[in-house]
Amino acid sequence: MELIQQLVNGISLGSIYALIALGYTMVYGIVKLINFAHGDVFMVGSFVGFYSITVLDLSFIPALLISMIVCAIFGVLIERIAYKPLRNATRIAALITAIGVSLLIENGLIYIRGAQPEAYPNDVLPMDKLDILGVSISSQSILILSVSIILMIILQFVVHKTKIGKAMRAVSFDSEAATLMGINVNNTISATFAIGSALAGAAGVIFGIYYIKIEPLMGVLPGLKAFVAAVLGGIGIIPGAMVGGLLLGVIEALVSAAGYSLWRDGVAFIVLILILIFLPQGLFGKNKREKV
Amino acid sequence: MKKKKKLAGVFLSLSLVAGALAGCNSDSKTSSSSGGSSTSGDTIKIGANLELSGGTASFGQSAADGLKLAIEEINKEGIDGKKLEIIKVDNKSDAAEATSGSIKLVSQDKVVAVVGSATSTNTLAQVQVAQDNKVPLLTPTATNPDITNKAGKLNDYVFRTCFIDPFQGTVAANFASDDIGAKTAAIYVDSASDYSKGLAAAFKEAFTANGGKIVAEEAYVTKDTDFRATLTRIKSAKPEFVFLPGYYEEVGLILKQAREDGIDLPFMGGDGWDSPKVVEIAGAEALKNTFITNHYSPEDEDAKIQDFVAAYKKKYNKTPDAFAALGYDTGYYLADAIKRSGDASPEKIRQALEDVKDLQLVSGTLNLDENHDPIKSATILEYVDGKQTFKTKINP
Amino acid sequence: MTTLKNSKGFWLSIVLALIFFSVMQFTISNGMLNPFYINTLMFIGINIMLATSLHLIIGITGQFSIGHAGFLAVGAYASAVMTMKLELPFIIALLAGGILAAVAGMVIGIPSLRLKGDYLAIATLGFGEIVRIVLLNIDYVGGASGMQVSHLTTWPWVFACVMITIIVIRNFTNSTHGRACISVREDETAADAMGINTTYYKVAAFVIGAFFAGVAGSLYAHNFYIIQPSNFGFLKSFDILIFVVLGGLGSLSGSVLAAILLTIVTTFLQDYPETRMIIYSLVLILMMIFRPQGLMGTREITTLFTGKKTKGGPKDGSHNTVA
Repeated sequence: MELIQQLVNGISLGSIYALIALGYTMVYGIVKLINFAHGDVFMVGSFVGFYSITVLDLSFIPALLISMIVCAIFGVLIERIAYKPLRNATRIAALITAIGVSLLIENGLIYIRGAQPEAYPNDVLPMDKLDILGVSISSQSILILSVSIILMIILQFVVHKTKIGKAMRAVSFDSEAATLMGINVNNTISATFAIGSALAGAAGVIFGIYYIKIEPLMGVLPGLKAFVAAVLGGIGIIPGAMVGGLLLGVIEALVSAAGYSLWRDGVAFIVLILILIFLPQGLFGKNKREKV
Repeated sequence: MKKKKKLAGVFLSLSLVAGALAGCNSDSKTSSSSGGSSTSGDTIKIGANLELSGGTASFGQSAADGLKLAIEEINKEGIDGKKLEIIKVDNKSDAAEATSGSIKLVSQDKVVAVVGSATSTNTLAQVQVAQDNKVPLLTPTATNPDITNKAGKLNDYVFRTCFIDPFQGTVAANFASDDIGAKTAAIYVDSASDYSKGLAAAFKEAFTANGGKIVAEEAYVTKDTDFRATLTRIKSAKPEFVFLPGYYEEVGLILKQAREDGIDLPFMGGDGWDSPKVVEIAGAEALKNTFITNHYSPEDEDAKIQDFVAAYKKKYNKTPDAFAALGYDTGYYLADAIKRSGDASPEKIRQALEDVKDLQLVSGTLNLDENHDPIKSATILEYVDGKQTFKTKINP
Repeated sequence: MTTLKNSKGFWLSIVLALIFFSVMQFTISNGMLNPFYINTLMFIGINIMLATSLHLIIGITGQFSIGHAGFLAVGAYASAVMTMKLELPFIIALLAGGILAAVAGMVIGIPSLRLKGDYLAIATLGFGEIVRIVLLNIDYVGGASGMQVSHLTTWPWVFACVMITIIVIRNFTNSTHGRACISVREDETAADAMGINTTYYKVAAFVIGAFFAGVAGSLYAHNFYIIQPSNFGFLKSFDILIFVVLGGLGSLSGSVLAAILLTIVTTFLQDYPETRMIIYSLVLILMMIFRPQGLMGTREITTLFTGKKTKGGPKDGSHNTVA
């Protein structure tokens, strides 16, 4: 019974990783840039949600939407200002810029409001406990999982069935050829950042509701873990990010369950290195890859 | 195009150098305005190396507020016509920053004493600086025994205003056995904190001595956010009582997640819980049936305590927590020592700090044992509807 | 001809450095320099060692490593165990710190055989974090609360270590081996085709770089009284990376210069912790946008006067230098 409870714990933790990883994998798939700032967009989303709920007195859905919109704009701004000038520069220059943007967002927020944590109100969503055969599942963890899955399905639909999705796949495949085919590469990349950042914003609000405590450095570790999840599932593959996130959450829960909670973060990185060495294309990567 | 880039580069390098120079400038300004020997003139300079930002900022800021209030009150009369001046350094809740901050205070600002950090780890990082430079270090709230006495060797320049970890842990263990009537207990410790580990060790010793049994010992690290997996482990060990000697940020999350997972056991912790944030994060409901050991209670009806609470509320518009009270007491302890020292030299202040006897403070009557550790009473508080209520006071 | 000029500049800088050392030593032993400045000076020295050792891995060999704090941590802890637990002399601690870090360098060098660019970067970052978490869980070295270390680092030690590091790395770069490393950076496939053992040189760069980072770690541990796993997180790795990139990838004197400048800037901005990081990150972003090749580009100080480019570096703004 304890094992099932631990799996439930792992899945609710993994859903958060999955939500962040969805945006990560999209951005990496299209511009081949480890967007370190993605975790911080997640953090900003969390704070936007917090202020929408406490200051503007909004309920869950409007706060979620506002946070997604603000983050989408924020993501596009970051891309236009910091990353676009470096699109043809070396990879290291782009990566350093991403680190710089990440540090700027974190410390900018600390400068504005201080480093102290903030607590989400406890009553944003009704909190029910379901007891199924001694396994307790909170209504919130079900909510997180379902939001992640719904967003993943929407994303999959956008990428595969819409025009902009087609453009994204084309740019990801070969951006020069895409330009020749009349695709506006700049707009497509911006759209990718907008969607990815909106997902991070949604993840931020949900994280806040589930874990209550938010603070300016909260995005750092989940950001890295989400990247691990994206690599685990195969970078650029949307269902891969979802599965990678859930798997990582479950692995972490099992490590804690075995009594090695202090090794939990280490295990995540060991998984990363093993995957990179032995299965660099990830779990879902195939020879004929479909990327976005 | 290339030329343009080059120019931009040159400009950037220049701005970097300018930044460096600006840094030098601002620094030399502050040091020259307050230059010269520390005891000359009308002010006596004391340093404060506290957690003003970073993970345990809420403790450092409270202690700083309490200290500031005390210094303002003392400066109304002055000490033999001289005023005290605090020079603050922010150690960002980081041990290496705490070390270099203390070096700066001692060698650059030439303070006569340093008020050390609010947490044990950051204070430990300064002990050697104080010993090497022969400047007293006085911590308001760091409770780890090693700070004043490491392996039988007394750090003669280091003092504290609070009681030490073993005392808190023992009080908690006796409370668990006698008042709660628990036979089995789980310990959930923050392994990144000397303070938490110190309390846990003392609790374990006293609880087993009382005939109790520790059925689970688990650990987490500061900044963790998901504790459900470990809590599930604790739940299946079926303890009657959980000892959780952590700091407020994680404690709040742990309590919330524990209650959500259906763990309705009594939880108990130390003064690390003492922050309004713990109520915000956990929620009043989750705090039901939880207790802490603390240095004082703002609801204690002692006149000295009530005067302090009133003055603090007037200045900051909030109820002082234990960190603020100890910061305040530290100000008075130090002022008392400076007064008795005569010439306010670090060496004489050290002697005066050591010679303290029956000093009346907000957190009780202060006397030191041979290890420079205060002998004081502890207060047990219970959370009722998210508010701390005075339960009992235990004398050493 | 150019080599002669280069070596002239080289000897000139050594003489200058020795003069600088004597002046500093004189002021320190006469108590003219207060401990705050001595502390800053030693910190600069340690940072120079870290910057130049990473320069060898990234700037010369082109292996994008962002886990350098891991080597620093291994060196710091190894040396602290030597002096504090085994009570061995400081010189042995220094060497032990370097050697253990070099072993760690070999361990992380092996995955680098298979990984490139971003993937290598993220793997080394993971490695750095693993080192930190392992240290966190070893009670022998104090776990999360760390080890208290006595203060043994003195100015002559720091100076000697810095000089040795710079000279070794400079000579390595200018040797056949160094040129082989540069060829790995420029085009690994081509280097392979030319008969260069790329595997060997990649691991060699990691081992040498890690060794000096480990020695720097020993100095670090014995300078700051206490070491904790939290001192060696990936932010520390980023700091070191920033020295190298700001100085100019491929320029040894650039990384030295950047280490000196940035240490001074951050030390003097210590009273304003939040703005310090904002300035820091802004400089980083603007620098990358307007001058991605860093302060010095790939040039060295010694060639600045002659106006010639070293044969070591690629042309400015070239797209495929690193990663």
